[in-house]
Amino acid sequence: MSQVNWNNYACRDYYDELIATPGQPRDSAGELCNMLARFSAEELAERKTAAEVAIRTMGITFTVYSEGTMIDRAWPFDIVPRIIPASEWRKTEAGLKQRVQALNLFIDDLYHDQKVIKDKVLPAEVLAQSVNFRPQCVGINPPHGVWAHVCGSDLVRDGDGTLYVLEDNLRIPSGVSYMLENRNVTKRVLPELFASGKILPVDDYVAQLYDMLAAMSPRPGDDPQVVVLTPGIYNSAYFEHAYLAQQMGVELVQGSDLIVDDDNVVYMRTVEGLRRVDVIYRRVDDEFLDPEVFNPESMLGVAGLMRAWRAGKVALANAPGAGVADDKVVYAFVPALIRYYLDQEPLIPNVPSYLCMFEEDRRYVLEHLDELVVKPANESGGYGMLIGPRSTKETREEFARLIKANPRNYMAQPTLALSTTPTLANGLPQPRHVDLRPFILSGPEIHVTTGGLTRVALIEGSLVVNSSQGGGSKDTWIVETDDKAAAAAVQGA
Amino acid sequence: MLSRVAENLYWMARYIERAEDTARLLSVNSHLMLDLPGRLPLGWAPLIEMTGSLEAFTSRHSDFDERNVVHFLCADIDNDTSIVSALASARENLRTTRDVVPREIWEEVNQLYLSVADHAENGVSPRRRDNFLKSVIRGCQALTGLIEGTLSHGPARTFIELGRQLERADMTTRIVDVRSASLLPQNPEELLPFENLQWMSVLKSLTAYQMYRQQVRLRVRGPDVLRFLLQDPNLPRSIACSLETLGQELTLLPRPDRPAATVSLVRADVVDADIQALAHSPSKLHLFIDELQIGFAAIHDTLSATYFVNDDSVPRVTQTQSQSQSQSHVGDNDND
Repeated sequence: MSQVNWNNYACRDYYDELIATPGQPRDSAGELCNMLARFSAEELAERKTAAEVAIRTMGITFTVYSEGTMIDRAWPFDIVPRIIPASEWRKTEAGLKQRVQALNLFIDDLYHDQKVIKDKVLPAEVLAQSVNFRPQCVGINPPHGVWAHVCGSDLVRDGDGTLYVLEDNLRIPSGVSYMLENRNVTKRVLPELFASGKILPVDDYVAQLYDMLAAMSPRPGDDPQVVVLTPGIYNSAYFEHAYLAQQMGVELVQGSDLIVDDDNVVYMRTVEGLRRVDVIYRRVDDEFLDPEVFNPESMLGVAGLMRAWRAGKVALANAPGAGVADDKVVYAFVPALIRYYLDQEPLIPNVPSYLCMFEEDRRYVLEHLDELVVKPANESGGYGMLIGPRSTKETREEFARLIKANPRNYMAQPTLALSTTPTLANGLPQPRHVDLRPFILSGPEIHVTTGGLTRVALIEGSLVVNSSQGGGSKDTWIVETDDKAAAAAVQGA
Repeated sequence: MLSRVAENLYWMARYIERAEDTARLLSVNSHLMLDLPGRLPLGWAPLIEMTGSLEAFTSRHSDFDERNVVHFLCADIDNDTSIVSALASARENLRTTRDVVPREIWEEVNQLYLSVADHAENGVSPRRRDNFLKSVIRGCQALTGLIEGTLSHGPARTFIELGRQLERADMTTRIVDVRSASLLPQNPEELLPFENLQWMSVLKSLTAYQMYRQQVRLRVRGPDVLRFLLQDPNLPRSIACSLETLGQELTLLPRPDRPAATVSLVRADVVDADIQALAHSPSKLHLFIDELQIGFAAIHDTLSATYFVNDDSVPRVTQTQSQSQSQSHVGDNDND
């Protein structure tokens, strides 16, 4: 093994987050890159091992299914952080707030007057064929008019350095616990760099989440009883559910812990008897939430929960039905929605998208399947996608059939030259593709995480960052590049 | 506190205690085997019976030899009475409830399971066994200490304590049972020369030898040891002491009447036992221990009916009631 030499770092083909040109780190990454270059190969390997030990000891895991059994895997983590200058982040943050604000107005509109359709901003057929529109939610007024209280928007950077929004996750976005734990691990592994105070902290999130949830309580006078509702330990994000409940100091409940009484009040079963619940941060999908209303077979939900919610006796985050805006076809309309509801120009652009429901777009997509990324409207986790340049003739033909059979369900985007960032492979930093998932909390105020969860495709050349498919993650540093700004940020905090 | 969480914490504590005491049980038998001359037909089979796993054992092994029994009770993950399984179950129970205890407790349970799982296969060989069993006992004790030193007084701690004390009482009876009918020759003549040796082993396996010497000050004799392990009010691993602690913990919980009454009944059995008679008749001792274990099962059943199984007929707790309830726990937080 040899020492890190940034002159040998092959970052010519893509925009790299840390290294401008071989041998030349970006301003915000100078300190980190110099330190890594000073490490001996042994020292670098030691730090990597230290991170693995920390993850094992801290029990940071995610769950995968393999051949019918549940396996708890250690969280795949890379020790080299991804760095974004604070000046750039402030603009991104403003863009995310704008976006989520418009999305919440949009959802509320869809479940009330549907002005957006009457004004022909959104074609009626997009809504008519939406699988995530819940007629059961029409006319409901959730607190503060907010439906998507927690949003995770995926950002990617293209070859020219522009950040785009790739998709918005408004149902039950996950990953924030890994963002927080990645920071804890990095503090153990690279403590030297935190001394300068230039790296902005991320740990406000849990307090903000709790405050947002508490503010939704239907009994504002009393101490609100907030709970996190999990599908249970077999869910791949169970670690996160337990983590957030513990960090907020609230109960982590399963459907079987809750009952809804004839008075439409939700209670949880405790050793003292039944106790009223005011706010539920639910991490169970809409379809499984209430067997009285949705899937009657569901064992994960609570019978009567929708009754209680409609009666205003309990608050749910995210609101059922919020997923209507979490649709890759609706996504294409978000810039128009921002203009329509806020009368503002979008601050973060969308990736250009072709909607197969429009004949012209569809013809273009079918003719350019080998260049485009084709996505179904309602899948998550990176499943059911076609990546044109890496596809076989057979899969392209299969997708052409699928698109023709159900055009509304497909959209396509140009294959982006996703940015890379140095990631250890065989003991040396190598460019690997990354995205970024910031989390946005909407209550009386809107808060954006400082940075977010950086996901990295650990396999050389791969663009798939999902942990279920060979992706890993790394700490994300928002760094003040100018010392005065760092001092001001410390004083402000 | 959620009923489900209370139940999981209770079982977590039971499994940790079970792992520790299974290690103690194996340890006392290993030492007895070394000390006794070969002509005494002391075997390993009774350990299987004592841990209630005869059926599971015979489905896998035909021979009750040392290797099979020790491996079965230490390292066999498919046997739910093995040390490895107990720690795996403790971890699974805590995994779903880790949000109510300090994170270090989860890390310790996780670490203990991983380390024991890594070493169990090698740890069963006679040369390494003593170290392995000691490391299990030490790991469980470290965890108990961590809980004692970091977990706030409150329902989480109470249910952990209930689980630990009940399991400890149960397992201590099983360890004492090593000395009972099925293990030792029925002929007292043959037994006599080695009797003290055996009782000393039992004391040592419960880390009770020094405490015994301080308390009793006489040479080690069967009836005194039995009285000490069953009835001593001060030895933390004595049955009476475990039951006493159980009763005290129950007073911290709402609606303790039924479980508390059951504990009192079992405790009376222990305190009133005719030690002389039991000490001189292995078969009587064995029967008595069976009775106690039935009592322990009854305690578990009332705990479960009162706190864990919670159907719609349970009364609604209003905010005021629940607050006054939580004030009875020192250091309790608002979110239980």
